[in-house]
Amino acid sequence: MLELLIPSLLQTLYMVFFSTLFSLILGFPMGILLVITEKGSIWEKPTLYRILDGIINILRSFPFLILMILLFPLSRLIVGKTIGTTATIVPLSIAAAPFVARVIESSLKEVDRGVIELGHSIGATVPQIIFKILIPEAMPSLIMGVTLTIINLIGYSAMAGAIGGGGLGDLAIRYGLYRFQTDVMVVSVIVIVLLVQGIQYTGNKLASKISKK
Amino acid sequence: MVDIQNLSKCFKVGNDDLWAIKNVSMHIDKGEIFGIIGLSGAGKSTLIRCLNRLEEPTEGRVIIDGTDITSLGKKELRTTRKNIGMIFQHFNLLMQKTTYENIALPLELIGASKKEIESRVNALLEYVGLEDKRNVYPSQLSGGQKQRVAIARALANNPKILLSDEATSALDPQTTKSILDLLSRIRDELGLTIIMITHQIEVVKDICDRVAIMENGEIVEISTVEELFKRPKSKTARAFINSLSSDIQEEFIKPAEFKGCILRLSFWGDIVKKPIVSHMVKRFDIDVNILSGNISQLMSTSAGHLIVELTGSDEEIQAAIDYLKAHDVEVEVM
Ligand SMILES: Nc1ncnc2c1ncn2[C@@H]1O[C@H](COP(=O)(O)OP(=O)(O)OP(=O)(O)O)[C@@H](O)[C@H]1O
Ligand SMILES: [Mg+2]
Repeated sequence: MLELLIPSLLQTLYMVFFSTLFSLILGFPMGILLVITEKGSIWEKPTLYRILDGIINILRSFPFLILMILLFPLSRLIVGKTIGTTATIVPLSIAAAPFVARVIESSLKEVDRGVIELGHSIGATVPQIIFKILIPEAMPSLIMGVTLTIINLIGYSAMAGAIGGGGLGDLAIRYGLYRFQTDVMVVSVIVIVLLVQGIQYTGNKLASKISKK
Repeated sequence: MVDIQNLSKCFKVGNDDLWAIKNVSMHIDKGEIFGIIGLSGAGKSTLIRCLNRLEEPTEGRVIIDGTDITSLGKKELRTTRKNIGMIFQHFNLLMQKTTYENIALPLELIGASKKEIESRVNALLEYVGLEDKRNVYPSQLSGGQKQRVAIARALANNPKILLSDEATSALDPQTTKSILDLLSRIRDELGLTIIMITHQIEVVKDICDRVAIMENGEIVEISTVEELFKRPKSKTARAFINSLSSDIQEEFIKPAEFKGCILRLSFWGDIVKKPIVSHMVKRFDIDVNILSGNISQLMSTSAGHLIVELTGSDEEIQAAIDYLKAHDVEVEVM
């Protein structure tokens, strides 16, 4: 059992780690852009805001599996294949990016308007307000957002497993569904649950340690 | 130092125009502590925010130290703002940064070196009396301490002007006093010009040199604080002063220093209009000396307060007191 479980767990961790990383790289700037371009914000660009907002809504309303299948050609382009753990990272990252953008947006929006005003009053530029005020002030909330993203990606990666991505989800389906080895399925599910619990716990701890409120 | 010329600000509220400030002109001298007082919604915050263009004026000009603020481009405006410190009612401290880091922020923005920042921030911490709170986060500070951090931060770039929007409104009277003391020290020692927005007449009385009374977006009166208290011209000014007088004058009356019997008389409504005291003097063999008095306009009625000294025989005084009580006057022997 263990020799089945360990490689699958490692595949899941590998997928989740890199897709979290890439979805943050894609989604974080989008989240910032959403916040600063909105009407009445520090870099008002209503048209840009509307376009971005629209794209994110469309991507978010796609069922994840369909979005993944649609994105397989992109995988071929970037990593050269459409099957396998590495190939799955591409659609996972892209599918999670709009989610990340929304999470980042809502975290940054929680920042008190007063400190942004302070930024203006001491002559801060827009990038200075973003990096010296907005992001540091939102840090605990951003950490909760990243935690949420990781947990979501664990769920997505389990689904991706079913269409050839490997990992714990794939293990559970292969053995549980096709070979009726329910014990493997149960154990895989337990490991996924523990993983989610552990990450949520760590995220909460970290956020409350960082928060100085 | 600060020259405000025909300044107006219009907000679009739906399809309507709301003129929050209307054609305001005034001149504020260097080193002056200038108060702007008015009731809620008078446009005070809008006015002060127009001075560093946190709010864009619709019409008019603001000239600070020879620079026309209203004509500056974005970049020059940012540079100019570094010479204009600002403090706020709710402090606007960064919650995730320590006292030290909060004060260091404006210096970081101009790219000062670690060493420069360190020495400047330490000096400021000492100046506002917070050396021991150096590494503490704002959530662990009292309101007064938070405002001191905010003041230190506003002074970081050695500004020539300090704008204060209700900086003491969230503080208790004692803390307010200590913050006002700090502000006048800043003016005296560092030569800053301070413009203070407030709705507390106590603030004006305690530290302002001159004051403008604001009402519905207009300045209705500008005078020295002394002149304002002696001869208030506008209704708003008189209302502010009255709100103060009923509280303070009693402190100065010490019954032990008088020979006669000191009474505090209170009366409401229609009695305010009747010459009761005059009747009392005619009726009884006593002398009346009025020590203090005022009539305040309350929500639906008028309230009068008189503090008087009665001299005469004990019987006559007692009879006079009974007479007042019989006419619905509240009598308190002090
Ligand atoms: N951004 C805005 N949009 C629309 N109307 C505004 C805006 N800011 C202020 N106003 C209006 O302008 C008027 C003056 O507001 P302002 O905040 O300057 O008053 P204030 O004298 O500072 O009052 P307070 O003592 O309550 O702070 C008010 O009627 C207010 O509703
Ligand atoms: Mg105000």
